[in-house]
Amino acid sequence: MYTINRAVLRPFAAALALVSATAFVAQAEDAKKADPALANQLDPNAPDKDQKLIDNFAAVKVEDGKYFDKEGHPTYHITNDGKKFDWYAYSGYRRYHAECHVCHGPDAMGSTYAPALKDSLKTINYEEFIGILAGGKRDSQAGQERVMPAFGDNKNVMCYADDLYVYLKARASGAMPRIRPTDKEEKPEAARKAEKECLGG
Amino acid sequence: MRAVHLLALGAGLVASAPVLANEDVLKHTANPAEQVLQTVDYGNTRYSKLDQINAGNVKQLQVAWTFSTGVLRGHEGSPLVVGNMMYVHTPFPNIVYALDLDKDGVIVWKYEPKQDPSVIPVMCCDTVNRGLAYADGAIILHQADTTVVSLDAKSGKVNWSVVNGDPKKGETNTATVLPVKDKIVVGVSGGEFGVRCHVTAYDSKTGKKVWRGYSVGPDEELLVDPEQTTSLGKPVGKDSSIKTWEGDQWKTGGGCTWGWFSYDPKLDLMYYGSGNPSTWNPKQRPGDNKWSMTIWARNPDTGMAKWVYQMTPHDEWDYDGINEMILTDQKVDGKERALLTHFDRNGFGYTLDRGTGELLVAEKFDPVVNWASKVDMDKGSKNYGRPLVQAKYSTEQNGEDTNSKGICPAALGTKDQQPAAYSPKTGLFYVPTNHVCMDYEPFRVSYTPGQPYVGATLAMYPAPGSHGGMGNFIAWDGVKGQIKWSNPEQFSVWSGALATAGDVVFYGTLEGYLKAVDSKTGKELYKFKTPSGIIGNVMTYQHKGKQYVGILSGVGGWAGIGLAAGLTDPNAGLGAVGGYAALSNYTNLGGQLTVFSLPN
Repeated sequence: MYTINRAVLRPFAAALALVSATAFVAQAEDAKKADPALANQLDPNAPDKDQKLIDNFAAVKVEDGKYFDKEGHPTYHITNDGKKFDWYAYSGYRRYHAECHVCHGPDAMGSTYAPALKDSLKTINYEEFIGILAGGKRDSQAGQERVMPAFGDNKNVMCYADDLYVYLKARASGAMPRIRPTDKEEKPEAARKAEKECLGG
Repeated sequence: MRAVHLLALGAGLVASAPVLANEDVLKHTANPAEQVLQTVDYGNTRYSKLDQINAGNVKQLQVAWTFSTGVLRGHEGSPLVVGNMMYVHTPFPNIVYALDLDKDGVIVWKYEPKQDPSVIPVMCCDTVNRGLAYADGAIILHQADTTVVSLDAKSGKVNWSVVNGDPKKGETNTATVLPVKDKIVVGVSGGEFGVRCHVTAYDSKTGKKVWRGYSVGPDEELLVDPEQTTSLGKPVGKDSSIKTWEGDQWKTGGGCTWGWFSYDPKLDLMYYGSGNPSTWNPKQRPGDNKWSMTIWARNPDTGMAKWVYQMTPHDEWDYDGINEMILTDQKVDGKERALLTHFDRNGFGYTLDRGTGELLVAEKFDPVVNWASKVDMDKGSKNYGRPLVQAKYSTEQNGEDTNSKGICPAALGTKDQQPAAYSPKTGLFYVPTNHVCMDYEPFRVSYTPGQPYVGATLAMYPAPGSHGGMGNFIAWDGVKGQIKWSNPEQFSVWSGALATAGDVVFYGTLEGYLKAVDSKTGKELYKFKTPSGIIGNVMTYQHKGKQYVGILSGVGGWAGIGLAAGLTDPNAGLGAVGGYAALSNYTNLGGQLTVFSLPN
């Protein structure tokens, strides 16, 4: 999966997006009317907001404190003028800065030898993301060979794959600037349960 | 006149002691025209007796020649010069070039090992390599994948090679080696992967393993004698390591050995430091976690430890103890003593008696250091030799899932591996430092072999309430434990310093400047901006009667992570724009050697 060229995947992803978009028209109408509580209230002064991506990633559904976008993928929920984060975005921040930042830099800004995920996640979709996370990635450019390890066996990463995805989507769309989340929604019971089952012991 | 004066001073240095160490290494380190060890001499002084380039003329320095390594990763360490040959190493894939200085640097041979690229992501913090060593006609390379190779210095042909560790378990290498007597001593990395680390001695002629001493574990694997090995003057006793861990946790205990080695031929002891205990979550490993974070003195023939001193018991901040041990002979209270000075990640500059391990000085070498108020120097106290930890900054006492804020220094330390220099002329140490603080939040992690095992979230920022920069270049009096002068730097100083008999101290900066300062005052005398940020160490050599200064450029390493994107501004509060002083606005990737000289 991860070895497939991005260019090959792109039409495939576009097709997927089309399908889900059409299937979703009715629901989106409902969502608008039904639940204004799903709307984000971002920091009005946050720089680098990409409205198109923010709209794309907007939550249309919430289940046990976990938010989903119109494609049914996990997404973020930010309120109180950008000060309060849903549990998964917060947890993703924390896990990212333990597991990923030694290569991908603080706040997904990249390093001298690994790409800035705040940019990569503008285009990488959920399936690609999970595939790369579990299987790793390799590419060779002039003067440096880049290798991302496969985290498939690493519970400290894979048990929080959705958390990481949610956090990185918030960074990629500019909904979340370079801050450390302080206020957060309560840790959902579902997250506790899933964590326990996934980590085991 | 000056030369005579210097020789007299130089005679006091350990490197010139007339005892069998490695005769060949001693012979070459006594000749300042060459550099055969990354540390310049066995004492790790990084002092050169060359004085053609001096405080008066250094401002005329100009670029003599350059060489591209062809690799765009973090370039640590420095080239070596042996006779008319220069040996240049690169980060992964760890190419070695042999250049003939008599023929304008023509490439005589090139060695490129075949290494599995899967080692790359197992290396925490970039694929740096801190360079080669030369002894007895061989160039010793310790590759990223832990293969140690002896190459014929003339032909580049492999004499022997041996594998020291297993990258699939997270064991890798970034360090140089110590050629001592008839042995090559090597360390290993992997503290973020739960590796139990060690130092190992191989026979320099055959590559056969002679001994291995672990940092944590049972006595027979540590190579300690419960009665003979001492800590702060007392025998360490039985099971000194494993009784400071809970259950089997020592088996993934860390204590990695990725720093520098020094050696005293008179005392016949080698010195190095061990790194952090795994994981970064202190709650998951109760106890002192001995002997992580420790200065070790070992016999190089047997590996047996003479003394140990643990600087940061039960680490709560990732303050690896691996920085270099600099050996000097200086007067303390009127008496000439054999000293060891060490600038630790934890922000304390330690001076010990290197024969006995007696602690003489432990003072902060950056005033912002706050995790401990001081090191207890009262020999009658039960805390003798221990840091007095401040509860507010204790990630252990604040506990899991609590964000401890404003801890100084940050995990990268007040100083990381970038080695300091010592000038016997001034009696001062010249120390490249970080001026960065952090928030640190530990949490529970599970261990999978070969996978990172970190267990903490960190945010770093320039020291608040200071000059706004992330580094200082300081001069330190190791006997008094005082800063003599301090030059603020915008970025952490991640380059090894070089002191010379010309009263000049050289270092590089992350923006890419090679700088020369006055050894007495710190006044900047010269700077030149090289093509990429500098994390390598300054070296000097003499060829056909002319002195040269060389430096590797190539930004990366730990510094290439946070600083490339810029740390967050601690004073701007929530919602602040990031990219505070982003290094990426100042420099770019590179891989180049720049050599300087005075005009003809």
